[in-house]
Amino acid sequence: MTTSTSTSLLASLAGALLTGRIRIVDLTQTLSPEFPQISLPPEMGQCAPFRIEEISHYDERGPGWYWNNFTCGEHTGTHFDAPIHWISGRDLPNNSVDTIPPQHMLAAACVIDCSPQVAANPDYLMTVADIEQFEAQHGRIPAGAWVLMRTDWSRHWSEKSDAAAFQNFDESGQHTPGPSTEAVRFLVEQRHVLGFGSEAIGTDAGQGYHLLPPYPCHSLMHGSGRYGLQCLTGLDALPPVGALIFAAPLKIENGSGSPLRVLALVEQMP
Amino acid sequence: MSPPFPKPRPKNPQLRTPQLTLPPASRGRVALGLTAEAAEGRFALQVCEECGAVQYPPREACRVCLSHRLRWKAQAGGGVLLTSTTLNHSNDPYFRDRLPWRLGMVQLDVGPSVMAHLHGDVALPTQPGENVRVRVTTRLDRSGKAVMVALPEQETPHMSDDPLLREMGSDPRYRKVLVTDGKSAVGQALIKALIAAGAERIWAGQTEPWKAAPGLDELAKLPQVTLVPLDVGQERSVIELAGQIGGKVDILINNAEMHRTFGITGRRGVEVARAEMEVNYFGLLRLAQAFGPVLRARAADGPAHATAWVNLLSIFALANWPAQGTFSASKAAAYSLAQALRADMRGSGIHVLNVFPGPLDDEWNQPMPPPKLAPSALANAIVKALRDGVEDIYPGDIAQDWLTRWRDNPKVLERELSAGAM
Repeated sequence: MTTSTSTSLLASLAGALLTGRIRIVDLTQTLSPEFPQISLPPEMGQCAPFRIEEISHYDERGPGWYWNNFTCGEHTGTHFDAPIHWISGRDLPNNSVDTIPPQHMLAAACVIDCSPQVAANPDYLMTVADIEQFEAQHGRIPAGAWVLMRTDWSRHWSEKSDAAAFQNFDESGQHTPGPSTEAVRFLVEQRHVLGFGSEAIGTDAGQGYHLLPPYPCHSLMHGSGRYGLQCLTGLDALPPVGALIFAAPLKIENGSGSPLRVLALVEQMP
Repeated sequence: MSPPFPKPRPKNPQLRTPQLTLPPASRGRVALGLTAEAAEGRFALQVCEECGAVQYPPREACRVCLSHRLRWKAQAGGGVLLTSTTLNHSNDPYFRDRLPWRLGMVQLDVGPSVMAHLHGDVALPTQPGENVRVRVTTRLDRSGKAVMVALPEQETPHMSDDPLLREMGSDPRYRKVLVTDGKSAVGQALIKALIAAGAERIWAGQTEPWKAAPGLDELAKLPQVTLVPLDVGQERSVIELAGQIGGKVDILINNAEMHRTFGITGRRGVEVARAEMEVNYFGLLRLAQAFGPVLRARAADGPAHATAWVNLLSIFALANWPAQGTFSASKAAAYSLAQALRADMRGSGIHVLNVFPGPLDDEWNQPMPPPKLAPSALANAIVKALRDGVEDIYPGDIAQDWLTRWRDNPKVLERELSAGAM
């Protein structure tokens, strides 16, 4: 006996996509040469910014077609961090983008809204109390879910194209929000999340180098085989719980991460 | 005195933009020696090493003793005006466009008599038999070859505003200039020097706007200065800016450079070297493709027409300094391309100035001992070179020292540098 279409989950999903009951929200910033890239002290190795050069444009180089060559780093634009990105995750199994289980590429998301705190303090660190308050309202964060920190930071770029505000550097470094060490440890050890996502240029706060351990989100998440998503946008269009995140990095051999299209499936309640 | 050069009126858009005509350009191989000296701002004539006779026109053998041992030696240029005339008619299109034009015959103190273009302030004798003394020098004309110019012996007011000297130089006054990197110390010094030289507008390229450049905000408040987004490392940025201002730029100064201080084994991998090439070499190529054609098209566009292209190279382009091996290589590549650019531009009257400074006093050369070239000294040297219309300059003590040693024997210099010397 085959499963009838009326009871097939995927068929229901397809139907819901057609009717618009399930919407797809794009959480990706456009890859452009102007999009700010992560910026380390100049004597260190640098992630390449996105660059694009024409191959032909319906011209003498190719009369009937338009195409480009582009170059970028694995961590350019909206991108995915695999555990191998960090030294703490370098010996884990299936730790690079080509070997992470495809089953992880579609997962539930919990969106914790820290935008009011960040509006007052760009260095805001999400606390365990923020997570507990979220759970008090929306239920316990399920194991294997993404936790996305909504800050509205992405609007500096997506709405205002203000690269300086998006980077927010001063003489003491970068000032962008992220999670506290305790919050990361809680999500990893107590909630067994799939990974952590951020709107800023890194999953860690701009001042994360001064926390213990330095860059706690990279160090602890990747050290326990979890993932990162950064430079997300559009998190304000997601419900606190209930969205599904489709995040499939490019299958780069032994890759530490990759730019990707991050999509969210959001159900409209009838 | 020369009348001061007036601020040009806005262009009349109903008239066709004048097209450039060029003076006759061909010269024999020997005579190119005169151009080679003039390209560095020297007036030199061949001098016989056997008998000491000074030669002109350039030749293969001494006019006195027939020795072939003739060497180019710098000359003071003093002389007496024998006769002069003013052309009011010419069949040559270049001179036809620029009449009236003064010419004269000068007897040089060192012997030969030469035909020279006359500066407007060279007086005529007021009575028969009066000696009018002049100072002869060489200038590169608009086809890039050396010609003799007779100047008054003493400086006169507004002397550089004479139409002849403006024609044979690229004075920034009332011109619009693009400085491709306004953020660097050299870029900021260039902006200041250009303002002091009377440039009408300066577009200052700005890359990675989130990285603060101390001092730039102050400069950007000046009425002549406009910050523009420009990253020579990416095609679209260059093309977009050329689309916006390409038709207005009279002088392009490409000072954008990626300077890192690694030798071959000092830095694992090629990412830094690639970034140096991306800016120092490909950046020049992108600019040349985007801005070159429109600059060429405006080479006769009014009194403050498009006139010059400046490349900030390095003395390390001539010989690799292993301590900054990949930077040196990127500058050698840029130098080679700059030669192609000059050849490309020559037929259209746009002057290409290549600048070969020694080590700059910048953050990457911080551990190096002096002498290091101050950005302001480099900027002033560039503005002077534009006014004088020279092609190659080597500012700074180290650059001068390297140049002398390189000309003397490049192989000896290579050995000295490979042994760790500077």
